[in-house]
Amino acid sequence: MEDTGIGLWGVPLAIFAGAIRVSTPFIFVSLGESITERSGRINLGLEGTLVFGAMTAYAVAVMTNSPWLGVLAAMAAGAVFGLIHGWICKYPKVNDIAIGIAMMQFGLGLAFFLGKSFIQPVAPRLPSIPLGGWSDLPQIQSALNINVLFVIGGLLAVALWWAFRNTRVGLILRVVGDSSDAARAMGLNPDTVRLLATAVGGSFAAVGGAYLSLYYPGSWNEGISSGQGLMAVALVIFARWNPIGCFLAALLFGGAGALGPALQSVGVTQGYYLFYAAPYVLTLAILIATSSPTRSLAGAPGALSITK
Amino acid sequence: MTIEANSPTLSPLSAQTANLRPVLEWLARRAEPVAISLAAILAGLALFSIFIAVVGKSPIDLFKLMYTGGFGSWFSIQNSLSRAAPLLLTALCVALPARLGLVIIGGEGAVVLGGVAAAAAALPLTGSVSPVIVLPVMAIAGMIMGGLWIGMTGLLRHYRGVNETIASLLLAYIAIALMNHFIEGPLRDPASLNKPSTTPLPAEYMLGNIPGMDVNWGLVIGILACIVSWILIEATSFGFAARIAGGNVRAAQIQGLPVGRLIVGFTALAGSFAGLAGMIEVAAVQGSANASLAAGYGYTGILVAFLARHNPLAIIPVAILLGGIDASGGLIQRRMGLPDATVLVLQGTLFVVILLCETFYGRFKIFNPDFWKTPALKGGTV
Repeated sequence: MEDTGIGLWGVPLAIFAGAIRVSTPFIFVSLGESITERSGRINLGLEGTLVFGAMTAYAVAVMTNSPWLGVLAAMAAGAVFGLIHGWICKYPKVNDIAIGIAMMQFGLGLAFFLGKSFIQPVAPRLPSIPLGGWSDLPQIQSALNINVLFVIGGLLAVALWWAFRNTRVGLILRVVGDSSDAARAMGLNPDTVRLLATAVGGSFAAVGGAYLSLYYPGSWNEGISSGQGLMAVALVIFARWNPIGCFLAALLFGGAGALGPALQSVGVTQGYYLFYAAPYVLTLAILIATSSPTRSLAGAPGALSITK
Repeated sequence: MTIEANSPTLSPLSAQTANLRPVLEWLARRAEPVAISLAAILAGLALFSIFIAVVGKSPIDLFKLMYTGGFGSWFSIQNSLSRAAPLLLTALCVALPARLGLVIIGGEGAVVLGGVAAAAAALPLTGSVSPVIVLPVMAIAGMIMGGLWIGMTGLLRHYRGVNETIASLLLAYIAIALMNHFIEGPLRDPASLNKPSTTPLPAEYMLGNIPGMDVNWGLVIGILACIVSWILIEATSFGFAARIAGGNVRAAQIQGLPVGRLIVGFTALAGSFAGLAGMIEVAAVQGSANASLAAGYGYTGILVAFLARHNPLAIIPVAILLGGIDASGGLIQRRMGLPDATVLVLQGTLFVVILLCETFYGRFKIFNPDFWKTPALKGGTV
């Protein structure tokens, strides 16, 4: 504590910095899932997609020495996972939630299998923008060292928010999500729209994974994700399927996740492991507060199975 | 001429086959899940074979090794049965709520906290109280803890409308954080250095092996739990009410069924089974509560339950099968140089294909009992 130079101010600063660092995977997974859920389908398999994306990005970055090729490869892999999920779910009697759980196990298994040989090598990292150059304090400099993907995520949130409201594609997505029958009456094929929406959602989630393996924590191992992919699903509900809400909720979750390490850095170690539970407790509390047994959630796509 | 043949409303089966008809109808009904599940498993294995061939290994060698490692010798059979024991209980944690239409995937949390509760309950008693009392106390503590944990998702589901799938999973992560807190903090045995754990149970307090086998009593407890659950679902009014509520909540409410109590009761019972699995891990395998409790039994249990189509009796063979696959993992890793995650890939593939094959239910005529009633058979081969 003494050597930080800013004393207890280090705590909020560390939480702020942590929020930005930790939130990026949440941003991408939740933006992807908001697209998928807007189309009336839910993909719980994004946890597997995220981890597989992390592995793919790391492996490709090691082999090509380019982190951006890694991100692109992860997006492609994530899209394939989304396509598989979307393809299976179009069949009658197939439960999209159960398929999500199955795809999660499949994705985790495949990522651990193929990624075994990449635990040792070191991949090049994604670049970040040093916005803290104006300050002399190394804490502030490192806190404002913002990764490019975080910035892209923020811009994407605004773009999606605009696109949902103002574009033809956004309208199609919302119609399909609210009622398959209405969509068919308009001459749209709900299965195709949901297939594409799930694929896009998968590719976004994989970018979240690429961030984990290529920036923070910046290595590939089997414990790289601790449920970010799944918590993002809850986060989308909390954000009411609004992309800007997703962005802000992701920041909140990131902050909760950074609470434990921030307190530890100033010497608070009592109940350290309980702080690890903070993001999960927060998610659950938010779910409880916003759910209701009688009415469906405001803003929920009508065809979404999870809110019925 | 028999009466059946004269009657215009009945099928024109000959007298001989007419006697067979109830048998055929019964067979058709029962054969559908078995046939479709077997076909799905074969399709899953075929896909997995392609994957193994693509990474440059022989699928045939792999399946041979899996057989050897899982069921090829008395040693490996015992190994498989030991691994099946916790799966029986964690699969029930998924299968029972599934009867009510609930998808609970957080059984791992109940396992972990059940184990911690069992260890905590044993701590003040060991040394002074007889194992005959301590072991049941541990089991009850584990079951109550697990029951509260998963029962909470039922409570939240019914009274707050919180999605049970996500809630149970979040609770599982919270449970693991709580376990780490307890085994690193208040319950930590100071003597456990590298691997934090609670004070180990003295040997005489451990749940022993089934006589003549190297398999602990957890297997018997798990099988009994499956049988009890099956009776509960198939033969009691409680189970019948649950099946109605699972089919159509609104209809059940109109019938005046206590849907809320059913949901909370079934989830709590399901969680108490998973908690019992945690207690068995502590009392029969680990000897203390430590991080090994989060070994993924809760997640494999999801797969077992779905493979068994949430039928408690079918869980028994499926759990043994998956226990065998698990047990062969080490052998595959050593002999074929494949990563230990090979087993995970196989499980994931099977899981996806099995769920995809749900779509085939009701699509094949030969599984429809009516098929064996109608004149469709007249020109057929029977």
